[in-house]
Amino acid sequence: MKAAIFDYAVPKTVSEASTLLGTAGVATAAIAGGQSLLPMLNLRVALPDLLVDIGRLQELKEVAATPSSIRIGALTTHAAIEDGKLPEAFGGLMQKVASKISYRAIRNHGTIGGSVALADPASDWTGCLMALGAHVRISGLKGTRSQPINEFVLGQYSTSLASDEIILGFDVPRPDAAALRWGFFKVVRKSGAFADSIAFAVANGHGGPASVVLAAAADRPCLLSKVAERIQVGDRSEEALRSAIAKDVAEHVSQDDAYLMRLHTSTVLRAVQEVQAK
Amino acid sequence: MKSLTLELNGAKITCDVEPRETLADFLRERCRLTATHLGCEHGACGACTVAIDGQATRSCLQLAIMCDGRSVQTLEGLKDDPAMEVLRRHFHQSHGVQCGFCTPGMLMMARDILLRMPHPNAETVRSQLSGQICRCTGYSGIVTAIVAAGRELGRAGQAKGVREPGYPSHRNCSGAGRGRRLGADRKLLCPFCAHA
Repeated sequence: MKAAIFDYAVPKTVSEASTLLGTAGVATAAIAGGQSLLPMLNLRVALPDLLVDIGRLQELKEVAATPSSIRIGALTTHAAIEDGKLPEAFGGLMQKVASKISYRAIRNHGTIGGSVALADPASDWTGCLMALGAHVRISGLKGTRSQPINEFVLGQYSTSLASDEIILGFDVPRPDAAALRWGFFKVVRKSGAFADSIAFAVANGHGGPASVVLAAAADRPCLLSKVAERIQVGDRSEEALRSAIAKDVAEHVSQDDAYLMRLHTSTVLRAVQEVQAK
Repeated sequence: MKSLTLELNGAKITCDVEPRETLADFLRERCRLTATHLGCEHGACGACTVAIDGQATRSCLQLAIMCDGRSVQTLEGLKDDPAMEVLRRHFHQSHGVQCGFCTPGMLMMARDILLRMPHPNAETVRSQLSGQICRCTGYSGIVTAIVAAGRELGRAGQAKGVREPGYPSHRNCSGAGRGRRLGADRKLLCPFCAHA
């Protein structure tokens, strides 16, 4: 339960962080809040030679609202979001999601950027930002780039980040706040534990574009397009929803566990019905 | 070894640490502050909870070196804290202690809960405390103690003529705290900042 030996550096700029992280022949890891990495270090699941502490880079703390989007710095903590320190543009969805992540002591340090960079299949933010259609802003030795989060997350603990790259933050398109309807439901064995199933549903007005995401079910959160279509056309029939969920889930999740299939169906159904009740 | 400078329970200290040293090990082994207990060492049990810059933190999930330039508060540093005095008394009265291993973490988290939400009911306390594990399973007394401590701190505020709904919580003194006076007559100190 003690971490193995590693070196530690605190870069002063984003480019210095990239240079350190990209050092050839050295296993490097970026650390921000450390709330996932520290357990992995303590359990010696992660064995970096060099830890690069990006937790003090001001550029990663930027939070800004433009007419078209909300920019969320990668170092924004779950607790800051829970406490309503982001510009309120998503009808309380992000606040609700943040408040259900792990425990307060963890939320005080864990960051939204760290959560997405780790890409744990049961991460709340990856699925939530996918439902909101966010773009990831990334910086590396070759400069900065932006990528839709759906393309950024490749699989279990796997993203498009190169070793020298870090997440600067996220650009989340600002929905029509008055028309936004959302639903969120997750099942955890005890509060704060990793989820067994998480569902997000977001709809822009009645008849506007909708998206539904199921997380903690497969290697990465999956977009359920047939279910989203049901929301868009205003189909409230439970039978039709169940059938759409079954088709979508079958596409992304291996169906060898009857309990998990019922569980995923139930979380998606509840999130969708929450949207439809609004 | 790296040089680390931090404010520990109000005193500025500087010493050399290994990068891999967690804050918990630093506190216990180097500073001999053993109120911070180590249970699981991977963030599951909450026994090692301390406060960094006033924020509840698992000290097993922070490297000591990450706290450079920050302020760390352990249970030892809250010996004369008025809110902690109330909590300690209620833990005693409600039998919120069995073997005592989880108690330092419980007290640190209890203070954090009361700091953020005045007058929590038992349900709120249970939910907020879900990250703290008591292997004696003595949760009932602990929850009772925290609810009662919240009530007492509220009554103390009202008795002294504080007009705000709820007791003069840390939120009302906006965290700028440090002994800032609250209430209409500015006579009452925030119980969370009074000693600092």
